[in-house]
Amino acid sequence: MRTRSEIRARKATWDRLAYHGIGIGTAFFFLAPFVVTFLSSFRPNSESGTPPLPPWPRSGISFDAYRALDGFGSGIWQHMFNSLVVSIGTVLLTVAVSVLAGYGFSRYRFPFKNVLFVLVIATLMIPFQSILTPLFIILARLGLNNSLFGLMLVYVTLQLPFSVFMMRNAFDAVPKEIEEAARIDGARDLRLLVRVLLPLVMPGIATVSIFAFLNAWNEFFAALVLLSSNDNYTLPVLMTAVRAGRLGAINWGAVQAGVAVMVVPCLIVFLLLQRYYMRGLMAGAVK
Amino acid sequence: MTMSGIAFPSPRRRKRKQSGWRGLLYIAPAMALVTMFFVLPVLFTVWMSLHKWPLLGTPAWIGLGNYVRMVSDARFMTALGFTAHYTIIVTIAIFAVAFPLAIFVEKQRPLISVYRTIIFLPVVVGLASASLLWVWLANVDSGLFTPLMQRLGLTNGRINLLATFDAAFLTIIAMVVWKIAGFTMIILVTGLQAIPTELTEAARIDGAGRWQRFRYLTLPLMRRTMALALILSVTGSILAFDQFYIMTSGGPQNRMISVVYYIFNQSFVSFNLGYGAALSIALLAILVAISVVQLWLLKVGEDRP
Repeated sequence: MRTRSEIRARKATWDRLAYHGIGIGTAFFFLAPFVVTFLSSFRPNSESGTPPLPPWPRSGISFDAYRALDGFGSGIWQHMFNSLVVSIGTVLLTVAVSVLAGYGFSRYRFPFKNVLFVLVIATLMIPFQSILTPLFIILARLGLNNSLFGLMLVYVTLQLPFSVFMMRNAFDAVPKEIEEAARIDGARDLRLLVRVLLPLVMPGIATVSIFAFLNAWNEFFAALVLLSSNDNYTLPVLMTAVRAGRLGAINWGAVQAGVAVMVVPCLIVFLLLQRYYMRGLMAGAVK
Repeated sequence: MTMSGIAFPSPRRRKRKQSGWRGLLYIAPAMALVTMFFVLPVLFTVWMSLHKWPLLGTPAWIGLGNYVRMVSDARFMTALGFTAHYTIIVTIAIFAVAFPLAIFVEKQRPLISVYRTIIFLPVVVGLASASLLWVWLANVDSGLFTPLMQRLGLTNGRINLLATFDAAFLTIIAMVVWKIAGFTMIILVTGLQAIPTELTEAARIDGAGRWQRFRYLTLPLMRRTMALALILSVTGSILAFDQFYIMTSGGPQNRMISVVYYIFNQSFVSFNLGYGAALSIALLAILVAISVVQLWLLKVGEDRP
């Protein structure tokens, strides 16, 4: 005869097993495509066209796939550089513009304040996909067609509703007393903002930065439409050339390597700054 | 100024006046960008949609001609139908996966944050990267799925997943669920965690079974969150482009042309910029209508909590 506590202990063990069983199974499904691609990207040319069964390189690690990827467009370094310039530029500009706007909306009173705030947020309702044609023409008039800077400005604008909203909330959360104390000490306007308030809204800035970076790094449709010369392609646009292949043959090794190059930065940024990413997601969801 | 004689109120008034334009100065860069790259393009789209607007040469005013053409454009109607079909199927699929996941990861248990993070990983990579990854996995010669299914004895011979409409459609749905389910899951978790534990406890003590608690307690209390997740999924799906462009190039038999894809083709492949603008306005109208339904759904959720 088993005692009651024994039965309970046994049930708890089964529960735990079932829980971790489901957990590991689910995690496997979501993780496997990444792992298979990373491992496969290190297979030599002779293996890269064969099914990834098994996915790891059988005859030693090779960088053939990355070399093949480098043969497309203007070389992988150029396109990585383009993507980085656009992403980092988007982050810096978004932070600068949304910190100023968030501060303005949080601390100042001016005519049409609410109308203007609603206007910035309302842009979320209109998908940018539907205004790409005029954007294309306007950028051309500004002499910014086929330019990474023009693309960056478009990305910054797309980030603004979320970022201005986040930064306004961040400034709202800073007690007015701190500002008044600093003002008595003689800090004014921009100096007050940069020296005193900026450190206090750093978490908000981190959140805004991650979303700006990931969205700019991953964006495909606008880049496809607005960039027309090979040299300026960002990574996702370059990959359409790799995907199309040459003379009807697709180099799958290059595809795997390209996916790895595009995916790894996102995963690293997310894993390092997960806390701030989730904060932004919650803020968006609660609103 | 005129009131300098009065000692007390004047500095205050001056300060307020000053802060008036100073505040505008702070928001000026943001407003300039929104005006230049959002308000102007939206107005411009309306203007363009009333013209026959070639890439080169002068645009010609044709009034509502583009809209008349749109109504009788069979290919546009097909694109609309396909997009609606895709939106419904993918939304159901995402919810069918995300809801059980949300219930699974909701409670605090050992390793739960690890599972949660892994399920969320595909959300942070680009849709273009995900499409590219899956188009390789689904490739008949060099991919994973076809040989794997064959070796497991699930299929007879090699099946080309991207050659027929149904198989390609299923593959894309699977990819999007893999990519998006973690996002919907997190949204649903916030809703689940907002339900007070006392309520579930009380229901349990009153003898409500697991299903009853879910049906009569969890679901009604989740209404607002579900509406939000639903709207995000629907609006996102209506704008789908990357996956069809990268994975099937609109194929097989051009049956996977979504609305955005069709606008892209009209505007940037055929260079019918005016017609493309009119199509964009139609898309915009559809999305604004959905946003209105969204507000209504959220309100209904508030009325009956």
